[in-house]
Amino acid sequence: MPQFAALLRKDNQPVRYLVVDDSVFARKNIIKMVQLFGGEIAGEAGDGLTAIAEYNRTKPDIVLMDITMPQMEGIEAVERIVRQYPEARIVMVSSVGYQENILAALQKGAKHFVQKPVKPEVLYEILRYVLSDDPALAGAPVALAGEHRS
Amino acid sequence: MRMDLIQPFINAADAVFAESLQGPTKIGDLLMEEGAYHRKGVAALIVIKGDIEGRVILDLAPEVALKVAAILTGAEVTDSEQVVRETVCELANMVIGNSVTLLNDQGYRFKVFPPEIHMNDQGLAGSRDTEAMILAIETTCGNIYLNIAMHHLARRRRERDALPVSS
Repeated sequence: MPQFAALLRKDNQPVRYLVVDDSVFARKNIIKMVQLFGGEIAGEAGDGLTAIAEYNRTKPDIVLMDITMPQMEGIEAVERIVRQYPEARIVMVSSVGYQENILAALQKGAKHFVQKPVKPEVLYEILRYVLSDDPALAGAPVALAGEHRS
Repeated sequence: MRMDLIQPFINAADAVFAESLQGPTKIGDLLMEEGAYHRKGVAALIVIKGDIEGRVILDLAPEVALKVAAILTGAEVTDSEQVVRETVCELANMVIGNSVTLLNDQGYRFKVFPPEIHMNDQGLAGSRDTEAMILAIETTCGNIYLNIAMHHLARRRRERDALPVSS
């Protein structure tokens, strides 16, 4: 897997992620990637309801949210989180990437969408874009030893 | 059976396996089969209902599933039924999600039911007397089999399209 320049907050602290997916495999895969980007895992959730509780508890910088999940789907969870925290930065991660789905998520307040299987270089660019959109979070990527910028 | 309904599933499976398993893939010979499906390993059955109806079975040997799991997680995995089930389920979800995306953007509307995992010796109910296309996709972890039976319900689509659009 390629190496990436660390994505850091403006205060040089690691970006904190909440990873939401009902598949343990998908969560592990995403966690592996964000750690590769220099991120820190604030929490994990396997459904929309738990995601809301975990957001309240951890106040992450970024949420990576699946769409199709039991109990409460990702799009509804996005709506509820954004209603309470308009500054929330949520990126949808789903294998179902048709236009209606993407538009619905964006209308509810998601910032971006990435389709599974997730390519690390694609997720990295999306996270960089989403972070740069928020002046409080945006920090320049910091080179890791031996890394090459993608 | 119409190839334009089958092709998105084959394309999506090939792309998903190549990307998620980080290696080359090769689509083997296609063959048509009627009757109950005989599994090669652990199978995920996904049912689709709407403008198009049918089912897709994704089937792989447990040892192949364990190799896939190790790549997906980037770590050693324990040999357990739970790991095998979750791996087959995750692969099926990615393949179906990507196929649905292609078909939905072509204008088809349908509901996809969650994957049912079959591990025991029972046959796959509902697949009896169904004409299906079977193919193996060769991956770096071993063969992954797809069994696809899909029908186009033109009448339902025409009826939906004929409905007046509410303002």
